[in-house]
Amino acid sequence: MEPESLSLPNYNIPEDLQNVVAVTTIERLYNWGKRSSVWPLMFGLACCAIEMIAAQTARYDLARFGMEVMRPTPRQADMLLVSGTVTKKMLPAIIRLYNQMPEPKYVVAMGACASSGGPFKEGYNVVAGIDKFLPVDVYVPGCPPTPQALIAGLIKLQEKIDKEKFKTSRWYQKGKTDPNYVPMPVLGPDLIDVRRNEEFKRAAARKAGTV
Amino acid sequence: MTAPTSVTAPAEVSAQLYAKLIARFPESVAAETRPNYSGVIIKKENLVEVAAAIRDEFGYDLLTAVTAVDYLAENKMEVVYHAYKTTGGTGLVFRVQAERVDPIEVPSLVEIWAGADFQEREAYDLFGIKFTSHPDLRRILMWEGFEGYPLRKDWKEAFFEEEAKPFKSRWPEGKHTYAEFKNPFRDNLNFPENFDPNSYQPDNEDDLYASLENHSLKNESGLKTDQIVVNMGPHHPSTHGVLRVAVTLEGETILGLKPVMGYLHRNHDKIGERSTFLQIMPYTDRLDYFNSMSNNLGYAIAVEKLMKIPVAERAEYIRVIMAELTRIQNHLIFVGTLTNDLGAMYTPSLYAFEERELILDIFEAVSGARMMCNYLRFGGVVRDIPEDALSKIKDLVYERLPAKTAEMERLLNDNEVLMGRLKGVHVLDGETAVKYSVTGPVLRAAGVPYDIRRADPYSVYDRFDFDVAVRYNGDMMDNYLIRFDEIWQSLRILEQALQQMPEGPVNSQKLQYQVRVPAGEAYGRIESPKGELGFYIVSNGKPTPYRYHVRPASFVNITALEEMCRGSKIQDFVALLAMLDIVMGELDR
Repeated sequence: MEPESLSLPNYNIPEDLQNVVAVTTIERLYNWGKRSSVWPLMFGLACCAIEMIAAQTARYDLARFGMEVMRPTPRQADMLLVSGTVTKKMLPAIIRLYNQMPEPKYVVAMGACASSGGPFKEGYNVVAGIDKFLPVDVYVPGCPPTPQALIAGLIKLQEKIDKEKFKTSRWYQKGKTDPNYVPMPVLGPDLIDVRRNEEFKRAAARKAGTV
Repeated sequence: MTAPTSVTAPAEVSAQLYAKLIARFPESVAAETRPNYSGVIIKKENLVEVAAAIRDEFGYDLLTAVTAVDYLAENKMEVVYHAYKTTGGTGLVFRVQAERVDPIEVPSLVEIWAGADFQEREAYDLFGIKFTSHPDLRRILMWEGFEGYPLRKDWKEAFFEEEAKPFKSRWPEGKHTYAEFKNPFRDNLNFPENFDPNSYQPDNEDDLYASLENHSLKNESGLKTDQIVVNMGPHHPSTHGVLRVAVTLEGETILGLKPVMGYLHRNHDKIGERSTFLQIMPYTDRLDYFNSMSNNLGYAIAVEKLMKIPVAERAEYIRVIMAELTRIQNHLIFVGTLTNDLGAMYTPSLYAFEERELILDIFEAVSGARMMCNYLRFGGVVRDIPEDALSKIKDLVYERLPAKTAEMERLLNDNEVLMGRLKGVHVLDGETAVKYSVTGPVLRAAGVPYDIRRADPYSVYDRFDFDVAVRYNGDMMDNYLIRFDEIWQSLRILEQALQQMPEGPVNSQKLQYQVRVPAGEAYGRIESPKGELGFYIVSNGKPTPYRYHVRPASFVNITALEEMCRGSKIQDFVALLAMLDIVMGELDR
């Protein structure tokens, strides 16, 4: 964001002070800081991870958007870039990483697999989209998305951050304890989403009745 | 167009070989009688004995592929082995059959070829075949406790629609429904009847840790020391994806190590068995996602073998050009990631990726996609190289890549830190590498000059003048330098291919959605940048393969990881793993 866009509109700052003084709100300043340093978790799943790395390299240079600092630990990361096919076996690890990330945190589903299961949706070990478990902010289509597409998606995320309000954004709500916590799924005879245990129990009983 | 290389000569050699094998073991070895199948059938009671003879008397020292086929109609489960000589030549196929009644038991060949280890575990995991006397028979791709054996023909996944694609629900006139709504659990899930998730006790990986303890070195110093078990991954910056490795450590020394995989197991084989032959082509792109062109090539060769069709002359050269460009960018990335793992964060990678982008530009120009090219077709390639792309390739091959490779060598090879970390750190010796079915640069750096481009030439590789890169120390430095040697050899091949490339059509067949593949089996293999990439296909004449199996280089190479790392330091482990140059898409499929 340019200094002008940090400033609120309709304040006439003298021309020689425009790069020195900004009249703004805390919220705007806060969002400006957040959006300018979205640090991704250094976390690659599959093919898309290679395009994610390519987006970091010289030709595409993600550093222009303040996103070049890949953090290997979730505790220092702001954004989980789900870059590839989410398998049932991997899902508990992804959820654990997400739960360890400090707020505010964002999830970008990169590519067809992370968004919906993609070409592997029918697979027995594939989760049909990470949004069945995590709140996804931006979906980037493609298989894999080109680095340009990824950057476009990340700019969309920045626009989303710009619009955040203290009053409405999900991490500053009173009374709710940890609204972003996702319970850990369990690997059983198949993937058990513990939030849907009763539903599964009923369906399994129905299955026995019909056969 | 010249005639395709003669196929009768190797077939005769094989026929004589199989006759010799049957004469040696008249009681236990029978000839294969199904049309378009090759090899022999061994009685399972005598498998170990015959396999030992195949290795020691017949000289087939490299067991490359082990896989199973479920012949549901005949009520048989078959395990197929492909063995080769490291000195070159065609392979030896042998198989055992077992009644398809649980427990299905087949003797393990780990004693003879240690490289069978993970492949047998995979067959156990996906087919439920118990390999008796296997030292560590656990599930490998799926988790312990997963219900059923997915690759059996009577096992259906949750989103199962029909036996073969295209599904009726996807036709334009078909009414679209979400797969989720057809399943009782409203998701890609399949629980057994009357399953109660509330009372389920998940497996806590006792088997893994017990096996880790059993296979660890023992402390023999007499000092009382404590050992710790460390789990690296599946989220770890230097495991090259989602590999997990459980390590027993004493101080900094690795006593035992077990790789845990399957975190990117996306059911390539099962999906392939439902897709038409052509529909599999884009899936192969996503195996080893660095080298989609090589994957296409391996698969195309396997299907062409089965279809017995020639490949257009110009297309052969285009294929070689693409495969060698792929190899160059793979090895450049290898250098980048290796140095990353050694602590030279990013800078060498940035150099490598700069060149890779230029190669990807060419792939994009010919195929329309940077990474997932889907460029090859049976009988050739899908379209010709555009003129400007050809001139770009020439620029790269004659000018830029030699200069940049030399620059990278100049910047890195004499680097003191790199030498300190790499020199004299043992990776594998030749004998062990062969025993563990390791192929590719790691095998050649251990002094075994085995390169399928030379040992069992495919495509038009027999027309080029190149050396098989080989180094003899088997340490990390050799493993690192051999990648540069291979880049130089690839450039040599590319120069010749560009000069020799004829004009003409780029496909010997009419491009069509549905190819007719006769019943039979074929094993096509190529020298991918990471090692031997094989595709085993069984067709029953239908539009989809009956059995489709990928023999990935990464998966088999990592069998040797335990052997490589035991006794070395934990800080070397990351570099040793980088040496194998694994990629998870191929490893887990």
